[in-house]
Amino acid sequence: MAAEAALAGAALPEQVAALGRRSVLRIARRPGQFVFPLIFPLLLFAVNASGLGAAAKLPGFPAASYEDFAIAVPFMQGALFVAITAGTDLAADIETGFLNRLALTPLKGRALIGGQLGGALVSGFMQSVVYLLVGLIVGVELKSGPAGALVLLALSTLIAFAFATLGALIALRFGTGEAVQGFFPLLFVALFLSSAFLPRNLIQEDWFRAIATWNPVSYMVEAIRSLFVVGWDGEALALGFGCAGAVLVIGLAASAASLRTRLTRT
Amino acid sequence: MAAVDNSIEVQGLVREFKDVVAVAGIDLRVDAGEIYGFLGPNGAGKSTTVLMLTTLLPPTRGVARVGGYDVATQGPQVRASIGAALQEAALDPLLTGREHLELQATLQGISRTERRARSNELLERVGLADAADRRVGGYSGGMKRRLDLGLALVHRPRILFLDEPTTGLDVQSRTALWDEVARLAHDEGMTLFLTTQYLEEADALADRVGIIDRGRIVAEGTTAELKARIGRPSVEIVAADPAATDALAAALATFGEPTRDGRGRVGVQLPGGEGQLADVVRALDDAGVAVAQLQLHAPSLDDVFLAETGRKLEGADGDEDADGG
Repeated sequence: MAAEAALAGAALPEQVAALGRRSVLRIARRPGQFVFPLIFPLLLFAVNASGLGAAAKLPGFPAASYEDFAIAVPFMQGALFVAITAGTDLAADIETGFLNRLALTPLKGRALIGGQLGGALVSGFMQSVVYLLVGLIVGVELKSGPAGALVLLALSTLIAFAFATLGALIALRFGTGEAVQGFFPLLFVALFLSSAFLPRNLIQEDWFRAIATWNPVSYMVEAIRSLFVVGWDGEALALGFGCAGAVLVIGLAASAASLRTRLTRT
Repeated sequence: MAAVDNSIEVQGLVREFKDVVAVAGIDLRVDAGEIYGFLGPNGAGKSTTVLMLTTLLPPTRGVARVGGYDVATQGPQVRASIGAALQEAALDPLLTGREHLELQATLQGISRTERRARSNELLERVGLADAADRRVGGYSGGMKRRLDLGLALVHRPRILFLDEPTTGLDVQSRTALWDEVARLAHDEGMTLFLTTQYLEEADALADRVGIIDRGRIVAEGTTAELKARIGRPSVEIVAADPAATDALAAALATFGEPTRDGRGRVGVQLPGGEGQLADVVRALDDAGVAVAQLQLHAPSLDDVFLAETGRKLEGADGDEDADGG
């Protein structure tokens, strides 16, 4: 009987693909939700590059120009916006009851998280491509070359996906879009308390430098930056991929635990 | 092969939320192919009961078996047997009707080759074939409800739960949905558990009705049985001269405790049945009260609710005439 055949449901990859497709469609059908978060980091990049250009003349500054140094920031800010969009979308599904609709199917919890974040993966990749192209157009040098571009896209997409799991976690934990929006400033504080705007060796305040040193966001920014200003820096890349991977693993594990609490189905 | 069980059986079902007892120990049985109307005001415990029976909320105590499976310990088997359209049509405004159905079909494990055909069949059936490729955000309330019903049917369930399926719909949409619900039960032998706060809906659709109030079932039976339990029709009269309303009420007081609606309409139950109508007319004649309107009402489900709880069913005032007509 068809109903009992549905007991097992679709295979995990098929469930992830179906929900991922929905997630991507939602982004494609709300271009404003993708375009404005895409543009804002570029505007900030333009403002910083024009206003803080003289910083590149400081002794010990790691890049030839402030643009080369600052281009890493839009990748991080874009990733933060991806996290917010992923979180608010999931919160909306909870608030509207769409999650209950999904819970009535043989949907696996892993498929739900993976699929729901499919859009984050796609938008994280697409905006990374845009930031890279804009950077190259305005004269930023990518010292790691074409292979470095591929690593850059992989890393920045991974970072966006990792942050998206945090957005999903907040959505699953609190169940409202307001909670996710409230989380947004915290992410930005984490970015500002990192080496995003000034290299750690030039941060004069001890407390700031200590926080930036402990802040994993610094290592993600520095890994992206290294591909532009150094070329191939194995340690920076290892730390960047490691920190992003750790955030991803923690975010996924915590989201899965919150999903189990949220989905009270028997 | 074991016989397929399409029934719902509930014993002592309780759901508590901290200090609030939403469902306070209900017992009910719905037989295969039956439409069971679960009637009650807002906050009575209808939706909480549905959430437990559809496995989305674990019961605090008690036992419920749906389709032969225990809702607390055999959730996946229950979900495979049931379809559910919950209180708010939870749809994605950015997806089309067809995309909703195909997503649901995929998650339900329907093969890739069958998905498109099943979606088309259901779109046709719920009358959304023309709107299939439009985004749901532009659908009317009735269209959303119909899509919701289609989604609940994707995997051909044996038992269907509909939680207030017609709330907020216009009369035409409501009637269309009723027709489809009746067809599902009578032509396809599906068991239906339907919650509603509309007396008219329970009256029109349900084979049996359970009336729930404050988490407890206060009356259960066929609508005819429930009304027969009340047994007394009522009469509502408006005096031709509004100044005679007091005299009208005094004349009716000889039959029972009169009720007034504030707009000159005075009602009273007739303990002796319809035969007392002639006595009422004579009493009004003796009192010199000229009558502008007189309506005799058969007992309604609202009368049943009033008799069992001492209150009228919230938001059901507008349905009273239709029910008793």
